[in-house]
Amino acid sequence: MTNGKLLLDVEHLRVGFRTEDGLVQAVDDVSFQLRSGEVLAIVGESGSGKSVSALTLMGLTPRLNTTFEGTATLEGQDLLNATDDELRRLRGEKIAMIFQDPMTSLNPVQRIGGQIVEQIQAHRDMGSQEAYDLTVELLERVGIPRARERIRSYPHEFSGGMRQRVMIAMALSCDPSVLIADEPTTALDVTIQAQILAVMQELRERTDAGIVLVTHDLGVVADIADRILVMYAGRVVEQGTVDEIFYDPQHPYTWGLLGSIARVDRPRPDRLPSIPGLPPSLHNRPKGCHFRPRCRHEFGQCAEVPALEARDPAAPLHTDRCWLPLDEKRSKREIADGQIGLEAKGVIA
Amino acid sequence: MGRFIIRRLFAMILVMFAVSVLTFLIFNVIPNGDPAARMAGKNSTPGQIAAIRRDWGFDDPLWKQYLNTMEKVFSGDLVSYANRENVVDRIKDGAPRTFVLAIGAAIIWFVAGVALGLFSAVKAGKASDRGVTVLALIGISMPVFWLGALMSYYLGYKLGLFPNGGYVPIAQGGFFEWIYHLILPWIALSILFIGVYSRVVRSSVLDTINDDYVRTARAKGLGEKRVLRHHVLRNSLIPVITLWGLDFGAVLGGGAILTETVFDIQGVGQYFQESISRLDVPPVLAITLFGAFFIVLFNAIVDIVYAALDPRIRLS
Repeated sequence: MTNGKLLLDVEHLRVGFRTEDGLVQAVDDVSFQLRSGEVLAIVGESGSGKSVSALTLMGLTPRLNTTFEGTATLEGQDLLNATDDELRRLRGEKIAMIFQDPMTSLNPVQRIGGQIVEQIQAHRDMGSQEAYDLTVELLERVGIPRARERIRSYPHEFSGGMRQRVMIAMALSCDPSVLIADEPTTALDVTIQAQILAVMQELRERTDAGIVLVTHDLGVVADIADRILVMYAGRVVEQGTVDEIFYDPQHPYTWGLLGSIARVDRPRPDRLPSIPGLPPSLHNRPKGCHFRPRCRHEFGQCAEVPALEARDPAAPLHTDRCWLPLDEKRSKREIADGQIGLEAKGVIA
Repeated sequence: MGRFIIRRLFAMILVMFAVSVLTFLIFNVIPNGDPAARMAGKNSTPGQIAAIRRDWGFDDPLWKQYLNTMEKVFSGDLVSYANRENVVDRIKDGAPRTFVLAIGAAIIWFVAGVALGLFSAVKAGKASDRGVTVLALIGISMPVFWLGALMSYYLGYKLGLFPNGGYVPIAQGGFFEWIYHLILPWIALSILFIGVYSRVVRSSVLDTINDDYVRTARAKGLGEKRVLRHHVLRNSLIPVITLWGLDFGAVLGGGAILTETVFDIQGVGQYFQESISRLDVPPVLAITLFGAFFIVLFNAIVDIVYAALDPRIRLS
């Protein structure tokens, strides 16, 4: 853990949506901290609550029929109870977001330069010429060639990877202290993914910003993240440093995630290993540990919700939600998967 | 662009040719269509009818009659069978009235339709949205001939707030009288369109408001007004403008037949209605061509505007 300034402090965040079928608890007791210069990865499959958590920090979850509990502060400022106008001033200025699908995230009828200038001018008292110069500089920084000409282009004249670079430049335009990247590479093909990750990596080295990287792909985070938060069905099931998660995973769900990374350093299996079953519907989550129905190591105690706590006194910040005793976990995961990504660092899936 | 214009011009000629042939044929096959019999009057002898037939060329083969008529359309010599007025002159007299009616109403219905639709979309699901929806449905359901007649009767005849129909050119009655006589027809013609447009705008805005780039705009920290104006409205108005261009073209071309007739505007539409009821082929043919011209023209204009509004579309 780095010793930077505390940027984001999320405590027991719960986000629920009231629907016709009852309350859907999309985020259930999520806590984490983000410091400057740090990259926190939130990993989980679709519906695990990772995107809702990210959008909530931006104040972009719809307010109507949504319940918020817990606290979330950005540099001491309350995010959950902020007024619309306070949130508007934070967004894009202090906390910026990069979205999953660059093909649809830019306004199709506006030139890309104008779309970035618009954000700069929403927060800075800056003349058009100055804002355009800054935009060119930003686009060059994220690796867009001939940026001075390209600012006059429309989004459809750019490829997906280029558009994601534009989105990154846009997010960086006001020097935010927190950058949230919601699956920034998911919609891109593999070579472009690597390029965008390289841009993010460079960014991480150059800015002081704290980065929250939301993804379903552990392979993506191996190189870039400091800490990893693994989410399942709205809950954090394991949290630790990259080394702890990759070398000493504690939760059977994390084992499964690690096991299903496509590896180039191992003989190719006939089928990629997968976790049996499906994630539970948020309308009807299993009692106790939510992963219980899909877990091969389930036993009686799993009917109660395990607390998120450290199990190994040697690693007090490595927490998980699994009842299995520590030594049993360590022996079972080897036998269980044989594929645990203990050397998975450096692998991009 | 050059190629686009040439192609559209060519298409326009083709459409107008097809429309003229069809109109001409229809009036030659419908019953009671013999213009000579009608021109001769009730107490005519077969000899008189035959003479008219010969003089007016109704004995010629159809294609020759068609060519003769079309030649007269373009030389301006076309004459009504019913009262021997010059058709082209009548259209020239009526066109300014029709244009004034169409332009005023089109502006009213576009502005009101967009404003109501946007309001409705922003308030989606709330009581005010439902209220606008009900009003829009009432507007869509009221036929112009009924609404126009009621407005004319109550607001005009009974209360005397407005003139009871008629059109006063500026040159005759001055600007005030001119506008004064147009208010009711503009409103009557606009109401149906306002209803339709507010529904179209509402659903188009609701589609756009959930688009990813609108979320991006919010994430940038833009104010809600700017998000609506620059990101939602601009994108959701593109299909509405297409619709508007086509409707405007149709009304300009004499499509507001009912409004013109109810309020006695004496425009092209009313002339069209009178001519049809007399089965008077020359004006019907000429006005059909007049209308087709505007519809095709506005189709092309809509395509050009479309390409200007949406950079993803190229004219080719």
